[in-house]
Amino acid sequence: MLVGGLFVGLAAAVALALTAFSENILYFHQPSEIAAGEVPVNTRFRIGGLVEDGSVDRSGDDLVVHFTLADCAASVPVQFKGTLPDLFREGQGIVAYGALDESGEFVADEVLAKHDENYMSPDVADAMKDEQGNSCMPAEMQAQR
Amino acid sequence: MIPEIGHFALILALGLALIQTVVPLYGFARNRADCLAVAAPAAIGQFAMLGVAFVSLGFAFYANDFSVAYVAANSHTQLPWFYRIAAIWGAHEGSLLLWMMLLSCWSLAVAAASRTLPREVASCVLAVMGSVSVGFLMFTLFTSSPFTREFPAPGEGRDLNPLLQDPGLVFHPPMLYMGYVGFCVAFAFAITALITGRVDSAWTRWTRPWTIAAWAFLTLGVTLGSWWAYNELGWGGWWFWDPVENASFMPWLVGTALIHSLAVTEKRGIFKSWTVLLAITAFALSLLGTFLVRSGVLISVHAFATDPARGVYILAFFTIVIGGSLLLYAIRAPKFEAGTEPVAALSREGLLLLNNIFLVVAAAGVLLGTLYPILADSLGMGRISVGPPYFNKVFIPLTAPLVVLVGAAAVMAWKRTRAELLRSRLWAPLIIAIVVGVAMPLLTVGPGALAAIAGCVLGCWAIATALEDIVRRCRGRRIMLPRHVLGMALAHIGVGVFVIGISLVSGFGGEHDVRLAPGESTSMAGHEFTFMGTRHVEGPNFVAEVGDFVVRKDGEQIAELYPAKRRYNASGQTMTESDIDIGIWRDLYVSLGEPLSGDAWSVRIYYRPFIRWIWAGGFLAAIGGLLALSDKRYRRRADAPARRAVATDRNDKAAHA
Repeated sequence: MLVGGLFVGLAAAVALALTAFSENILYFHQPSEIAAGEVPVNTRFRIGGLVEDGSVDRSGDDLVVHFTLADCAASVPVQFKGTLPDLFREGQGIVAYGALDESGEFVADEVLAKHDENYMSPDVADAMKDEQGNSCMPAEMQAQR
Repeated sequence: MIPEIGHFALILALGLALIQTVVPLYGFARNRADCLAVAAPAAIGQFAMLGVAFVSLGFAFYANDFSVAYVAANSHTQLPWFYRIAAIWGAHEGSLLLWMMLLSCWSLAVAAASRTLPREVASCVLAVMGSVSVGFLMFTLFTSSPFTREFPAPGEGRDLNPLLQDPGLVFHPPMLYMGYVGFCVAFAFAITALITGRVDSAWTRWTRPWTIAAWAFLTLGVTLGSWWAYNELGWGGWWFWDPVENASFMPWLVGTALIHSLAVTEKRGIFKSWTVLLAITAFALSLLGTFLVRSGVLISVHAFATDPARGVYILAFFTIVIGGSLLLYAIRAPKFEAGTEPVAALSREGLLLLNNIFLVVAAAGVLLGTLYPILADSLGMGRISVGPPYFNKVFIPLTAPLVVLVGAAAVMAWKRTRAELLRSRLWAPLIIAIVVGVAMPLLTVGPGALAAIAGCVLGCWAIATALEDIVRRCRGRRIMLPRHVLGMALAHIGVGVFVIGISLVSGFGGEHDVRLAPGESTSMAGHEFTFMGTRHVEGPNFVAEVGDFVVRKDGEQIAELYPAKRRYNASGQTMTESDIDIGIWRDLYVSLGEPLSGDAWSVRIYYRPFIRWIWAGGFLAAIGGLLALSDKRYRRRADAPARRAVATDRNDKAAHA
């Protein structure tokens, strides 16, 4: 009896874990994939790239920030409402969580900047490579890595 | 000069660790007492050598010796002296040194306690610990020595990562590592059991205190880590299901299972192979945790591969230690005689079996979510991440029943318990739990989420049953209850307090981001926060903008908060320093975002009811563990007849009835 109960319980736990797992996997996409229309709208995913110089716009009285996130080939407009992390600034690599809306803007609910000056998120570093695999990041940022 | 002494001491420690491993095992195989006797002195010598190495590195940090590459990378002349010392374990190389230092402390403790053990057991345990030490010393010496010089020496260090410049750095890593490394003792006892082929109640009696000690330290370490993240990261959260956190949590889950299964093995002589397997697993997960956090594999599998020597060494070491012990397990474990009596569902061992299954399955769920993204990435299956919703969905349904079981723990007797007995003893705590569990949130934070109140009732249930047990047993007794009984009750009360904390903070907590100009206010859960403005402050190695907030409740001022934005001179890095008004019933937490147009700032405000209870629960559980550890039943000498132990157990049972 005890063994049977345990078996049922374990099966339930495994089923629970696997459904939760498949529902909560987030994929990573970079701006050029989005520009090419390969990414569905209204689905949560992770995006990474460099914040384009001069793109950060915080003009409104609310806390909404607009900026564009770019890789070597394309850029995507992003909006975020809230407090940005300490290491967020123009020209910096960031990762954001959120979804594309119908207009093609990425609505972020979470923005992560790298943890310290010398570290670049590997997702962003890979996103910043062209088709030949050469990095198109500014030279001084490559040197930092 | 001093760093070279440290490096040389590490080499000597490696030599001593090799002696500590090889000679006693030879002595065991050939049955030679003189060889067995080498283990303890070798362990003491190794401790002394690692002590010299550790102090040398500490001195290099204290004296700002930037010709040492590790010091130059992690320190700065403006860094206060206590952070310079704590910076020893601020990065990869030094934390390995701390790991080995603590391993040698545990070895020293085993050597000191070895008079309570048969000589071949003590020597064998020390030999296994020595072999782990050999692995770590070789790794450090060949791939990551903290004593490597850098010429020409830079004039100034690159500073410790500002995130780490917090009192948490002084306490959290040593406590956590004490726990990780402590499981090495349980592991060594398990390997010894496999070598000698003996798992009896004497073996469990020796293993239990070491395991409880390691578990208590790990509990402290994880709790401190959570508290530190809350204070320092400025996100107002206490747990993020981050891989780094999971790395410390998995050994905790399995270690908790191990403590409980050791109790069954001691009292009933069953679950022997399972206990040994858990001891191996707990240590395997500790090793995994150390390496996950420190090898760079979490940052990226590619970062891991940029230093192939380290990566290959780590994988090889892990494979040898864990593969080797599992092989030994496969060969020897079937020889342990199994219990013949079936386990009744309504008995303490049945209950503890359930406990073990829940804990191990929960640990497996966390392991899946932590390792899968790494595996997927390294196999080229795309970059994925597994978010907190996964962990919450898996973890909460698995641990909530566990808390229900905690309540029954005190009442269940070994072998078989009558259902009427459970009913007669549990109805009072049940009613108390429901009344208090519903009333407490209503009176302190008001009506709200049903799930949170259910969680609160669950927590009260764990506390009420543990208290009922203590009260019932104390009645009519003149002497104090044994400390291991009190320790268990306290640890279970800790679980209850913790569950109340997480339920209420998740159910009733609130946060919002707001733009505030000087003089403006915002309100949150009945509190009014007024922003008075900012001022400029200079710290020892940073400059800061400090915000001035006044908090009022019902028009009365209750607190002033000064969150800051710091800019560190050496790295130019900015850091948010939040400020928190602490309370038993709620925390008010303010952090500065960024300056906006005019003098306005974006400000983030959090209301965190009962969050202190989370850490209070963790500390209570750890204190419970330490209390159980101080029980004199664990301090019996090896020559004391085992019969006396049995007699004491009978007395305990009489006390149960």
